[in-house]
Amino acid sequence: MAVEPDLKIELGKQGVFVTTLNELYNWGRRNSVWPMQFGLACCAIEMIATTMARYDLARFGAEVFRPSPRQADLMIISGTVTKKMAPQVVRLYNQMAEPRYVIAMGACAISGGPFKQGYNVLKGIDRYIPVDVHIPGCPPRPEALIHAFMTLQKKIAAQPLTGESRPRHLDALAQGEFPVPVPSAHDLEPPVNRLVWPLPAGAATAGSGETA
Amino acid sequence: MKSAEELVEELKSALPGVDVALVVNPSPSAQHSLRVAAEDALRVAAYLRDQAGYDYCSNATGVDWLDKETSEKVKTTRTVSKQVDGVEQMVEEVVEETVKRVEPGFLEAVYHLYSMKRGHSDPHPPLVLRMRTENRADRVELPSLTPVWRSAEFQEREIFDLYGIVFKGHRDLRRLLMWEEFEDHPMRRDYVDPDDYEYEPTPHDEVLKRAEEHRAQMAAAEGAR
Repeated sequence: MAVEPDLKIELGKQGVFVTTLNELYNWGRRNSVWPMQFGLACCAIEMIATTMARYDLARFGAEVFRPSPRQADLMIISGTVTKKMAPQVVRLYNQMAEPRYVIAMGACAISGGPFKQGYNVLKGIDRYIPVDVHIPGCPPRPEALIHAFMTLQKKIAAQPLTGESRPRHLDALAQGEFPVPVPSAHDLEPPVNRLVWPLPAGAATAGSGETA
Repeated sequence: MKSAEELVEELKSALPGVDVALVVNPSPSAQHSLRVAAEDALRVAAYLRDQAGYDYCSNATGVDWLDKETSEKVKTTRTVSKQVDGVEQMVEEVVEETVKRVEPGFLEAVYHLYSMKRGHSDPHPPLVLRMRTENRADRVELPSLTPVWRSAEFQEREIFDLYGIVFKGHRDLRRLLMWEEFEDHPMRRDYVDPDDYEYEPTPHDEVLKRAEEHRAQMAAAEGAR
């Protein structure tokens, strides 16, 4: 039960601070999101720049890059995910403790980017793990990563503790482990996790509409 | 230092019986290359390193040459039965026929050799050395030049990975870029990548073709059910 904003301001004037458990909980969570320390390609350089003094990701409570997935809350997929690397990325995601979030940074991580039609690049990491925020760009500027981070904070702030749309870590029945693709003779097996990446609406007709 | 033409002559006189040929590059750069038979490659490579001064292999790569079909018009004479003045007779006739010939394809390993000793004072460009396999399917072995130029080690592994040339005498011939379980050779010209064209938001050209093929297949599978 949220407190009405007007009432909250009025009470604040009287020196009374009211909040909800939900708000307090999410306020704490969203301001100490610790990213995992790993980079995949050139986007990682922009990610590093974001953490340094000029852009200063520490303002958002995310200055501590953890070198272990066990201690990290956020995975920034910073760069091209090759098919050879994809199983390791999914395995690292599996090793992270809930609640965990994923930012897919840059054209390669969200779709394969300029390497999309290559034989060795995954067409977006969202085929195997759920992605919370996608950032376009090649590479995205640090401001874009900060924007993605703020978007994630807004998303965390809006998460309810109960009900159908509660996050995975509060849902005992939610799927916690995602199948790690196996490298096989021609491609990764399976090539896509349909539970995470259902075929986007209109995919079957995409393209024909534009050319017709 | 010597040009490629002179080097061919030098090799032939220094190593009698060696199978070396000049591959002419008709472009203005005129960077001709040396083609050497697989069985003579190690001898030639050792000579080039020790006597001709090519002490560094700066690059090694592969080329895939598909089967080449050439058609030619040939005139032949044949005896044909024909009605001549109402009587069946055997008459010789000149017939023009199209003869198709298939030149078998092959895989080629290309090495770029450079002389660190001579460096920029060398008036000739880096030397290009080529070796060809017998075909593209099962006889794809070539001798490894890693014992001569150590820098070829990883590049030969890359050629093995992407083109499927098997280098005999290589110390550690494993795939370099693709995973171990992978069976194809992606840089071959007949490589077909996996059909994951189910979602192409902005298809064009080749991608559009593949996406349409994928949709047609999906529609056919839908119809069969």
